[in-house]
Amino acid sequence: MSDSNNNHDDHHGFAHVMPLWILLAVFFALVGLTCLTVWTASMDFFGMDLLLAMVIATVKATLVMMFFMHLIQDKKFNVLVFISSFLFGALFVGFTLMDKDSYEHRITEQDADLVPTTQTAPPSE
Amino acid sequence: MTTVATEPHSDHAEHHDHPAFLAHHFETPEQQYDSGKLGIWLFLVTEVLFFSGLFTAYIVYRYFHPEIFLYADNHLSVELGFLNTIILLFSSLTMAWAVRCAQLNQRKGLVLTLTITLICAGAFLVVKYFEYSHKIHEGLLPGEHFNYVPHEEGHHEETAAEHEHEEAVAAADQETHNPPAVDADHKNAEIPRNAGIFFSIYFCMTGLHGIHILFGMGFITWLIVRAARGDFNEQYFGPVDYVGLYWHLVDLIWIYLFPLLYLIG
Repeated sequence: MSDSNNNHDDHHGFAHVMPLWILLAVFFALVGLTCLTVWTASMDFFGMDLLLAMVIATVKATLVMMFFMHLIQDKKFNVLVFISSFLFGALFVGFTLMDKDSYEHRITEQDADLVPTTQTAPPSE
Repeated sequence: MTTVATEPHSDHAEHHDHPAFLAHHFETPEQQYDSGKLGIWLFLVTEVLFFSGLFTAYIVYRYFHPEIFLYADNHLSVELGFLNTIILLFSSLTMAWAVRCAQLNQRKGLVLTLTITLICAGAFLVVKYFEYSHKIHEGLLPGEHFNYVPHEEGHHEETAAEHEHEEAVAAADQETHNPPAVDADHKNAEIPRNAGIFFSIYFCMTGLHGIHILFGMGFITWLIVRAARGDFNEQYFGPVDYVGLYWHLVDLIWIYLFPLLYLIG
């Protein structure tokens, strides 16, 4: 990041130009990782398949964010703003998952209750 | 590149030494660029939160009904999903390349890379069209509209959990007299109950993603027109960069959608 200030002096102005070889290398890495995730999906990794697929997807997402989206050269504040969205997304998912079993016993009870009462007509009619 | 200072307002006259692309309320092109950049990042935050609702729905339903996801995944073509992934990754490359061209004031390269990106976006939607029409034709539809009838050859291996679940379903069907159980219960036996839930999630997630592709195509077309006109240079490439960031986010979402929808089990 220290050399980013030097870019202000050259003819590109304030633009942080990403070298072409980095863009191409990232693209081929992404294609390679896509092939890898298809291959791992066809194998059995003892229940770790989903975790493995998500790890590969996150590596791909990180590559896209760092190089295609220029986050590696961007202002730290923009990085913070964007990363915070994943934090709040994680809170959303996390709290929902904490709650997911809260009503399960009611559903089970209702299912159990339904068995004898299906013979009689519903009271609403 | 100084603007036409024909406006009669006297207070404007002293500011009219700025280039045409620099809005009046910004001191420098860099300040203008940074402001727009913060704006687009905030927009992308809302996009991530927008999609996180659908991802939460996916996670909760998959937790409760893994058998539906394992079953329905057999109806998704890994080949087409893989093809679309590569198309989208390539379009992200050309979009990043376009930003580079804009920063280096390469007008021809900018128009070319943007056009390739647009073509890739179109190709993605064409593949999606074939996938959707196949599913609609087969009756692999969301929720209660799910009316898939398996072919004779289209059997798949049953897991113990699925078998247990089907017994429970059969028992439930006897009590509630579900209509589909009447004629084809031996055919439908291997379809887990509420298989339509998967296709609700599938169509919502890929559909919303597809709408984002459509909007992206609109923005890229707008960029091509402006690029051909020579609007962009090393001092003013913000719009290309902002649309690029949006486009990469669409790619980012697909990076997660592909393994979650096409590569289950």
